[in-house]
Amino acid sequence: MAMNIHVDIVSAQEEIFSGTAEVVVVPLVTGEVGIYPRHTPLLAPIKSGEVRLRNGDDEQFFYVSGGILEVQPHVVTVLADTAIRAGDLDEAQAVAAKERAEKIMANKKTEVDYAKAQAELAEAMAQLSTIAKIRKRGKT
Amino acid sequence: MASGKEIRTQIKSIKNTQKITRAMEMVAASKMRKAQERMRAARPYAEKIRNVIAHLRLSHPEYKHPFMIERETKRVGFIVISSDRGLCGGLNTNVLKLALNEIKTWSDKGADIDICTFGSKSLGFFKRLGSNIVSELSGLGDTPQADDLIGSVKIMLDAYDEGRLDRLFLVYNSFVNTMTQKPEIEQLLPLAGEEDEQLKHYWDYIYEPDAKDVLNDLMTRYIENQVYHGIVENQASEQSSRMVAMKSASDNAGKLIDELTLRYNKARQAAITQEISEIVAGAAAV
Repeated sequence: MAMNIHVDIVSAQEEIFSGTAEVVVVPLVTGEVGIYPRHTPLLAPIKSGEVRLRNGDDEQFFYVSGGILEVQPHVVTVLADTAIRAGDLDEAQAVAAKERAEKIMANKKTEVDYAKAQAELAEAMAQLSTIAKIRKRGKT
Repeated sequence: MASGKEIRTQIKSIKNTQKITRAMEMVAASKMRKAQERMRAARPYAEKIRNVIAHLRLSHPEYKHPFMIERETKRVGFIVISSDRGLCGGLNTNVLKLALNEIKTWSDKGADIDICTFGSKSLGFFKRLGSNIVSELSGLGDTPQADDLIGSVKIMLDAYDEGRLDRLFLVYNSFVNTMTQKPEIEQLLPLAGEEDEQLKHYWDYIYEPDAKDVLNDLMTRYIENQVYHGIVENQASEQSSRMVAMKSASDNAGKLIDELTLRYNKARQAAITQEISEIVAGAAAV
């Protein structure tokens, strides 16, 4: 039997997932990492993207916009800033946010606004790519 | 003895008050349920991040974060959470009293005090007192968002980072149950770390990309979450305390109305008796 690792995904507002998986793939600021059981302790910031949990052939996706990852040998904790079940993502909202951000980028006024818009845009793109991936696999 | 009409107007005004308090009671009851749900929903994150911090304390980090180092206390910061509105029993008074006691002990030791307030009640209180308020946030509404508090908390954290603050406390009402709320004080910074000597082995995390940034990120999130948690708990406390206060106000109004009705009836009866006896006496005279 394959070894499993316990995974908790929580955001400040609610608990999103608690259960086990064989592999957890998390988008870190430095790149995507896959975590198997008995991983050495790790502490790292997460960038916006999708967290994937794999159990055999079954895969689950969660969208996170940022946060912190803690790994202990048998427990993975994802402290997400906002995490929504990937299937629930509102595509229209993501597109609107992207357009809004692009509009702000187009006529940027201050450095701060620009940075904010860029962050918003990155987030919307990540949401959209998650949606697209889910569509392709044909399971929402 | 008050005349019939006077008592009647009094009864009417008390009835009106009772209507208001009863409506407030019901509103508070439904808001309380939602606030408690929010509190429960926020718990897992708070627990998890507390776990991570506890792990971190047990590890031997290559980099000692300033938040973990004790310093001589010259200036103390307080984050005081209160409600925005009144009519919620002794909730705000209790939390402000606790804050004030703690502030007094520190200023007796010669420390200066900086205050950050959440909620207009504590803002008003410390303004009247003439304390040094460095940041303030009120009107959070019924659904506080974690990112609303970032600014206010950052001011305190930056002050700590730059050495303008040496200690940071959080004062809020913790929710025990619907009937009891306990004002509580918590030290946020420096992180109260007990050096555990009997650790089994020597270990540390891998930090990606480097320890300083990661710890900074984590600590900021931890403190923000603690404050958010305090606010959510305070809100649940506020609503339940208001519900209880309004319930007892409605009950008291009911009691008053009963008493006054009795008195009104007695006065009416006395007036009738008097009238009859006057008529009888008049008839007898004729």
